[in-house]
Amino acid sequence: MITITRKNKMAALLCAIAFLNLSLFARGGEMKNADGAKQNKIEIKDFAFNPKTITVKSGDKVTWINRDEEPHTIVSVEKQFKKSTALDTDQEFTITAGAPGTYTYFCSVHPKMTGTIVVEK
Amino acid sequence: MSDYISHDHEHDGIDRRGFLHCMAWAGTGLLWTISGGVLASRTLAQIAKAGEPLLSATDLSFLQISDSHIGFSKEANKDVTETFRIALDRINAMPTPPSFLIHTGDITQLSKPEEFDTFDQVLKSCKTKDVFFVPGEHDVLDDGGKFYRERYLKNVEGKGAGWYSFNKNGVHFIGLVNVLNLQAGGLGQLGDEQLEWLEADVKNLGSSTPIVVFAHIPLWAVYPQWGWGTSDSERALGYLKRFGSVTVLNGHIHQVLQKVEGNVTFHTAMSTAFPQPAPGTAPSPGPMKVPAEKLRSLLGLTSVQYKQGKTALAVVDSNLS
Repeated sequence: MITITRKNKMAALLCAIAFLNLSLFARGGEMKNADGAKQNKIEIKDFAFNPKTITVKSGDKVTWINRDEEPHTIVSVEKQFKKSTALDTDQEFTITAGAPGTYTYFCSVHPKMTGTIVVEK
Repeated sequence: MSDYISHDHEHDGIDRRGFLHCMAWAGTGLLWTISGGVLASRTLAQIAKAGEPLLSATDLSFLQISDSHIGFSKEANKDVTETFRIALDRINAMPTPPSFLIHTGDITQLSKPEEFDTFDQVLKSCKTKDVFFVPGEHDVLDDGGKFYRERYLKNVEGKGAGWYSFNKNGVHFIGLVNVLNLQAGGLGQLGDEQLEWLEADVKNLGSSTPIVVFAHIPLWAVYPQWGWGTSDSERALGYLKRFGSVTVLNGHIHQVLQKVEGNVTFHTAMSTAFPQPAPGTAPSPGPMKVPAEKLRSLLGLTSVQYKQGKTALAVVDSNLS
């Protein structure tokens, strides 16, 4: 889970894709990216990760977007993937899911906020 | 004031219910003071008009400001620089200038150098030049506090992540850091190294030495569900148990709350930027939006006075209305 991209315009793109392929919403925050890889979205709102646990395939992208007026970070508990910088309102952070396994993470600014990514083959 | 006192366990004229009444005053433009069992309220403006000197030469007065969040520009307060400036104007208008200021963290919103620069620029307007800092989590976001420490610990001997102590007029002040190396699922944290330093720092002090501890996140369990507490604060307070007067000043929660436990008074200050909801009254502790005309009544600063011969320090909150 290493590759990092931060695309502020991603939201608009994703909305356009979602409009063309609404059925993908049936699987929670999962969408297809332009390059065909699954795009899994975790919204940060009211000091919580939503969904709190997300299951993705190895190679999928996982993107967090901060909808709070507070900065938040994404930090792997076991340092299994690179941490984000502080995300301000509406900023995003994306990783690519690596080896199968369970990855727990938290916000180092508000450590009560925790989440889990389950990566399947 | 005696109407407010119904359970006086400490025989000091103060009870829990009385405090709750006093806390309610804080939001209505009045000040409240607790000192030697006397409850009193008046505004900084009233004090300025009366022109009376509050202190004798041997007494000590200092100001706590907190949570200026320079760089924040959302709906809850679109001009936090201006409200910070107003707070400094209030300090400048005090008839007896405070000896120094304590800033209990969250100087900035996002730890950006330009936010720190703006803060420093505005702070220059304050006639009181001596300022002691502890960091908030917003000041150490991406660099573990390196920038903060380089800039704000110049007049102290900062140890470890930036904690220190100093003495003024016989009062021992301790600035602690509880916003770094936080653990998943946890609260604010002091850590072993800092706690060992604290134990050694107070070891040779006489028990009658008044102690003032200041740190960003409350050192008491205000509301752990929102992270409003410090996981290892009990150990820190254990080292301070033998002292006759301990005053703990915190920020972080953007509202006045107070608790008294034995000889320890815990107190949190208002922000100069935006209010936050009372514990558990909102889905999250994010910035609280209030009508524009109400905002300044929920922002403020805290004045603390030490009078020689009195056990408890007087802690007075005033808003920016």
